[in-house]
Amino acid sequence: MSDHRSIAGKAPRPDQHIPLVVVGAGAAGVAAAVEAARAGVEVLLVDEHPVDNDMMAMDVPLCFGQRMDATVRNRAAMLERVVETNPALATAHDAGVDVQLGTYVWGAFVNSATVQELPAPMLGLADDRRSWLVSFDRLVVAAGARDVLLGFPGWERAGTLGANGAAALLMRYRALAARRLLVIGSGVLGLHTAALALEHGVEIAGVVEVEAHLRGEASEAKRLAERGVPFFTAHTIREARGRTGEIESIVLVGVDEAGTPVRGSEREIACDAVCMAVGLVPSVELLHLVGARLVFVAALGGWVPEVDAWNRTSVASVFAAGDCAGAHDGMLRAPDVAREQGRVAGLAAAVSLGALDRGQAEARRGVRAPLSPASSEMQSYWQAWLRTQIEAGGWEVNVCQCEEVTRRKLIETKPPRYLKWESPQMSARDVGTLLRDGPINQDQIKRLTRAGMGPCQSRRCREQVGLLLAQAAGTTLDRIPLPTFRPPIRPLPLNVLWPADEPAAMREDWVSWFGIPTQFSPHWTAGMAVDEPTAHARLILSEE
Amino acid sequence: MTSGAAVVIVGGGVTGLSAGWWLARAGVDVLVLDKSIVGWEASGRNGGGATHVGSPFGLEEQRLWPQMDELLGYPTEYQPHRIGIALSEPQLALARRWAEIGESRGFRWEPLDRRQLKELVPIVGDEAIGGTYLHFGGHANPQRTVQAYAWALADHGGRILQHTTVTGLVRRGGRVTAVETTRGTFGADVVVVAAGPQTGLFAEMLGVALPLAPARVEMIATEPIPLMGVGGVAGNGLYGRQTLRGNLVYGGGPHEWINVPDMTTPEHANTPLVRNLARRLAELFPGAAHVRVIRAWSGLVENTPDGLPVVERLSNPDNVVIATMSSVGFGLSPAVGRAISELVQHGRCSFADLGALALSRFAGTPPDWRERAGWVARPAEVAAAGGDG
Ligand SMILES: Cc1cc2nc3c(=O)[nH]c(=O)nc-3n(C[C@H](O)[C@H](O)[C@H](O)COP(=O)(O)OP(=O)(O)OC[C@H]3O[C@@H](n4cnc5c(N)ncnc54)[C@H](O)[C@@H]3O)c2cc1C
Repeated sequence: MSDHRSIAGKAPRPDQHIPLVVVGAGAAGVAAAVEAARAGVEVLLVDEHPVDNDMMAMDVPLCFGQRMDATVRNRAAMLERVVETNPALATAHDAGVDVQLGTYVWGAFVNSATVQELPAPMLGLADDRRSWLVSFDRLVVAAGARDVLLGFPGWERAGTLGANGAAALLMRYRALAARRLLVIGSGVLGLHTAALALEHGVEIAGVVEVEAHLRGEASEAKRLAERGVPFFTAHTIREARGRTGEIESIVLVGVDEAGTPVRGSEREIACDAVCMAVGLVPSVELLHLVGARLVFVAALGGWVPEVDAWNRTSVASVFAAGDCAGAHDGMLRAPDVAREQGRVAGLAAAVSLGALDRGQAEARRGVRAPLSPASSEMQSYWQAWLRTQIEAGGWEVNVCQCEEVTRRKLIETKPPRYLKWESPQMSARDVGTLLRDGPINQDQIKRLTRAGMGPCQSRRCREQVGLLLAQAAGTTLDRIPLPTFRPPIRPLPLNVLWPADEPAAMREDWVSWFGIPTQFSPHWTAGMAVDEPTAHARLILSEE
Repeated sequence: MTSGAAVVIVGGGVTGLSAGWWLARAGVDVLVLDKSIVGWEASGRNGGGATHVGSPFGLEEQRLWPQMDELLGYPTEYQPHRIGIALSEPQLALARRWAEIGESRGFRWEPLDRRQLKELVPIVGDEAIGGTYLHFGGHANPQRTVQAYAWALADHGGRILQHTTVTGLVRRGGRVTAVETTRGTFGADVVVVAAGPQTGLFAEMLGVALPLAPARVEMIATEPIPLMGVGGVAGNGLYGRQTLRGNLVYGGGPHEWINVPDMTTPEHANTPLVRNLARRLAELFPGAAHVRVIRAWSGLVENTPDGLPVVERLSNPDNVVIATMSSVGFGLSPAVGRAISELVQHGRCSFADLGALALSRFAGTPPDWRERAGWVARPAEVAAAGGDG
């Protein structure tokens, strides 16, 4: 007998099969796609840009800080724009790669210990109107990196961007609606962002550094200084000011050697945007979903996939390249590295599909540049910023904007405000009491405080929450287990995510809960069993 | 021996935690052991539904939930009442069935026509043909409830040890005298096994046949939308609720039978089923079809052949209580915890007849019952994505 209420035999089939899917059309992804296509592999290259305006307004996938100009509403124009601003796409197209832009990858599904019914490993794709499934033999993830954001009073206002968000608006969309930008962080990322903005005609109100000295390259800093960019070392952010909902200035405050704000050293800098450029974290969502082993490597920006010399992850059919395999200053200093990693992954995928032999791949790979240039660990630098920002801005700053969870509420593990809950017992609880029961777990604290539970899917607060918890627990970020990622990794409307049609069995055999007739029948009378509804309408409404 | 307690509870889900809380408030020295963090399994991943009036624990479930916040001292987000929505005649018949079961236990309900439905639930569409308003039942927030039990238990002097896997039971003279764990051996006068899908493995250690089939089920959650007057709204083959924050959180549809061969719980993954869930939710609430799905998850539950819990103090060894909730354990947890605490202390339950939940009902269940019922996992292949083509 078989259980027609179970998934057996009716797991969704993919709409399309592609031997190699590459996710992300940055330097690494395009290079991977081109190498594999040149070796004769059929390749699909997907990238979500241009993302639709509503998504951008939610700071998904990057922190755009509401500083998109009106042109982003014109989808057709934006599509042209992202093609035009990424010449490598033309190369990919010429190499025979199927390039799909404006396409989100929102899920990755593979069989595992509790999932055995999938006919093949697949990705969930979507555009603004519909979603579909694509199965693959090999996958290259080149999903890039996200910005680390650290809040301050007023950071909810329009005008708080991340460096990658700003770079996307400047370079891919040419749609940054900011005239005067203050850059936070003087590492390679900060200086690079400042230079980029200047190039695109955006004025730089200054570069702020919490440490006593600039972190980035002296030559770059000198060039910026020559163009009139002021530097504020040993300073931190105190607050953003402006009309309702807008940033019109940022108040900085000097910090002493111990990182304590110096009274009277405040200065107000006029600007309509502030760009957090303190660091990047690899976008490992998809890698996590396919079950690739992730390890915390401080010098690579945190959680990264374990990869071999051919950029193959612990899941043999999945490769990772570019910033999602390690994002740090070194990558910015050596832009070719991401491309090389991509090429290597593309070649390796082609070899594993039998399109190339190992010798050919070795030959095409050429001289081996170090695939991941040395860099220093960033977490203590982020902590330094965060500590001064707490001292300057206090504990009532929202760490999670979506759910309005303040630093204080987070550390006190308080239930959300809308519950209006008070009890002596609750007042006695905080992160400290949880710590007595075992090591810090970010998912558990998220469940209690709701930090990270909002529509931006914790893009703006994941690292801040981790850093704050690490501080409270007297530990470091690497000791806090990776908070889980779940599909959809992009917030998609119900009527986009839904399948246009479903197999008849899926509809007819659908029950809310198992469909065991005795499960909900009243125990006192056997005759009152909650019957299975008859054949054509097997829908059980239940209240488990 | 490391240490121990009068009562050692294996499993920090709602069943074990509620039992531990009831025991601790009765002044009993209790220790809860969990291999992970409290509520990490089904107890923190369910629909939060608390409407099981057909269960032997049903009346106690209904009596206790409205008091739980106060009894525990922490919020569970419990909300009373349920609305059932039907998009078809069979769905309406089923919704009424639920209502009538409640009525036969003395609870009130009334039918709703489309207009009344739309007033109560503005996001329903013209497809809705009618529904039911139950002046009973309700729902709570599972994650908050788990932590409330855990904290309240500790407030009463109970102890919880997380990241501690129980690996064996020490037997001496017809009794279990201790549990062996990855962090030492803990002595006990009484042991409660409330280990979810792993409960079967413990039964096996004791030579008791407990037929259990584990399965994986999925849910989705949307971004918040304005609060409706009653959050406990479901239908169209979905269970779930609108949370007090405003998110629509719903599950349903096909389950996947799985194997849980040892004490390590496998990863809970999602599948493209999340799309089918999205479709049913948009059908149920056309007025919310544009709302964004921001999360999905899955959880593991265990089912007995008749879908009913097993809650029993064994006769041999006579100091062990076994409790598996057969996939309906969240709502029943306040009542079941109380029952377990009574079984531990007095050997019997004063407020419910546990006859229907006795192990003896499976005396004739053949060992290959899962195969016969078709409740089997597909034989594990090398995960396709791990294969080297
Ligand atoms: C998606 C979903 C929706 C659901 N919806 C509802 C609903 O709406 N209403 C309802 O009433 N029920 C619902 N359920 C069912 C309900 O969640 C479960 O029946 C209930 O949580 C069971 O609780 P438990 O404590 O018995 O088991 P579990 O929650 O499974 O807890 C068992 C615990 O034991 C621990 N453990 C196991 N083995 C060991 C060991 N060897 N050593 C130490 N610890 C061990 C585990 O880590 C786990 O924490 C749903 C379940 C799911 C997954």
